[in-house]
Amino acid sequence: MKYAVIKKEDLNKWVEHLKKTARLYAPKKKENQFIFRPIKDVNEITLKYIPTILPPKKYYYPQKEKLFRFKIKPFKTAKAIKAFEEYILFAVHTCDIAGIQCMDVIFREGPEDPNYLNRKDKMTIIGIECLEYCDKYANCTSMGNHVPRGGYDLMMVDLGEKFILHINSEKGERLVHGLAYIKEADEKDMLNLERVREAKKKVFKEEFNASLIKVYETFDKHFASKVWQDVGRRCVACGNCTNVCPTCYCFDVMDEMELSLNQGMRYRIWNSCQMDDFAKVAGGEDFRKGRDGRQRHRYYRKFKYPVDKFNRYFCTGCGRCTRTCMAQISLVETVNSLLAEEGELR
Amino acid sequence: MIDREILLAKIKTTPYKPMKGKIIEARMLTEKEKFFRIELEGKINLSHEPGQFVMVSIFGFTEAPISICSSPTDKGFFDLTVRNVGVFTDKLHKLGRGDIVGIRGPFGIGFPIDNMFGYDILIVAGGLGIVPLRSLIRYIMHHKNDFGHVQILIGCKTPQELLFKEETKEWMRRSEIRMNCTVDRADPDWHGNIGLITTLIPGVDIIPARTYAVVVGPPIMYRFVIVELLKKNIPDHQIIVSLERRMRCGLGKCGHCQVEGVYVCQSGPVFNYSQLRSFKGECHEKAV
Repeated sequence: MKYAVIKKEDLNKWVEHLKKTARLYAPKKKENQFIFRPIKDVNEITLKYIPTILPPKKYYYPQKEKLFRFKIKPFKTAKAIKAFEEYILFAVHTCDIAGIQCMDVIFREGPEDPNYLNRKDKMTIIGIECLEYCDKYANCTSMGNHVPRGGYDLMMVDLGEKFILHINSEKGERLVHGLAYIKEADEKDMLNLERVREAKKKVFKEEFNASLIKVYETFDKHFASKVWQDVGRRCVACGNCTNVCPTCYCFDVMDEMELSLNQGMRYRIWNSCQMDDFAKVAGGEDFRKGRDGRQRHRYYRKFKYPVDKFNRYFCTGCGRCTRTCMAQISLVETVNSLLAEEGELR
Repeated sequence: MIDREILLAKIKTTPYKPMKGKIIEARMLTEKEKFFRIELEGKINLSHEPGQFVMVSIFGFTEAPISICSSPTDKGFFDLTVRNVGVFTDKLHKLGRGDIVGIRGPFGIGFPIDNMFGYDILIVAGGLGIVPLRSLIRYIMHHKNDFGHVQILIGCKTPQELLFKEETKEWMRRSEIRMNCTVDRADPDWHGNIGLITTLIPGVDIIPARTYAVVVGPPIMYRFVIVELLKKNIPDHQIIVSLERRMRCGLGKCGHCQVEGVYVCQSGPVFNYSQLRSFKGECHEKAV
């Protein structure tokens, strides 16, 4: 069975079933925004949502993660996490799945990161395909992430009265296997899926004013552009953009002591390259002093450096950095300004 | 070799957990710099390349990247020299013989010693730059017949700040090494050169195609020293530097040490000048 279908009225039944197999995280409403949360009551789940405040990265790359326990006298280290638990990320947008794929590349590159890989190993991803734009901030079409590109166990697509499920792994197959209300998709369902995808082409248009290849070439040439000065002038160096980014993974290391002052825990916590002292060494030299240089660095870590290294763009098109920016710095506008500059130069 | 495999396996399975390192010797070299000799648990050799670094842990005070200043040919221990500049290093300075620190590593890419075999070597050390370079100098001394002529230029602000005083005196006495020191500001007892280290370079006698120049010092020094070395016609890839950056993991993940697309902790800290030249504008050490 490659594709299966489930009627909408049976969805809650299935989610209840999922909840029994593993811890379930899904999107729910929080005031006017959305967040991923552990789900107690299946009715809390919203399937129609704009990207959550934080991407699901908080579950596979926690904001504050235990690395190990230590004792000062006598010197000793010990495992901090005994066991990692199975979990399901439910109704994940395709942009956030692309984010998980980026993180995989980073943490699998040697030296591997066992903390991440252990969590990833326990993860099951059930995606949901967007049929319309979440809001004006997304740039998923330019990044090619408005349609599924693998990286999930199951992908749900709304066909009106039912969802069609693409089964993309054994893990995924186990979650639909042996349930009377989930049936194999027939030809009509497949045709419907094709029709839905066809209709999407009329809705989703590339947000950048040029192809992605052109965007890459423009970044290559415009390191000294005045666009960066302009972005730097507006930036307040709050670090929101990197915290909400599904592909940002920079961290700092900290120790927390217990009251005995003889033992404690070493953690890693999210850090942001937008922070003032991020690249400052003990001697005082700051290797990325200006906000313009720091913002440029963030953009180049999405559109240039990882492309050179992994042939992969680290922007997923989720639009979170633009949505959250206190200074209204827009990713689409910034990239388009660079493209415009390139056009003028030509 | 077995020791090296043990250490590599550690980085692979528990990359964040430090090993136990016992301080077996500690003494102040100057007012601000302290020397530590460290022995790893089980007396395993660090098996590093000259120019690599370790992450030193003090529980409660996290970690810092520190250059190794002994040669891999010094067996059974390794040396660190640390300037007191912040919270972590201040705590480290309070430790002495018998105290325990955590050690992870060795990390990064060291000086390209295999490529340097058979070449003449010109070492240029500014200030604390002599610390990582001491690992190379000691290595060269232990393998002297593998290298051609060796010249060492050392510069620092004042005679009091000169590190490894006894050792440098010994280097000076050795016939196969030419050494020259300079200070920015002299005192009445100083009989050597006065002036910036760049002033020593025009006078050195080298055959550029046969010479590797290895430069370590503060960022501003590189910019001027490299210009002088280029004037001497040393090829770009034979000018070797070591970059100092903030590092929190040593594993090419935490992001702090990144220069454009490159993680200094994994792809460096040692680079050659043709690599430096390919940076578009984020590398402070690059000559303009």
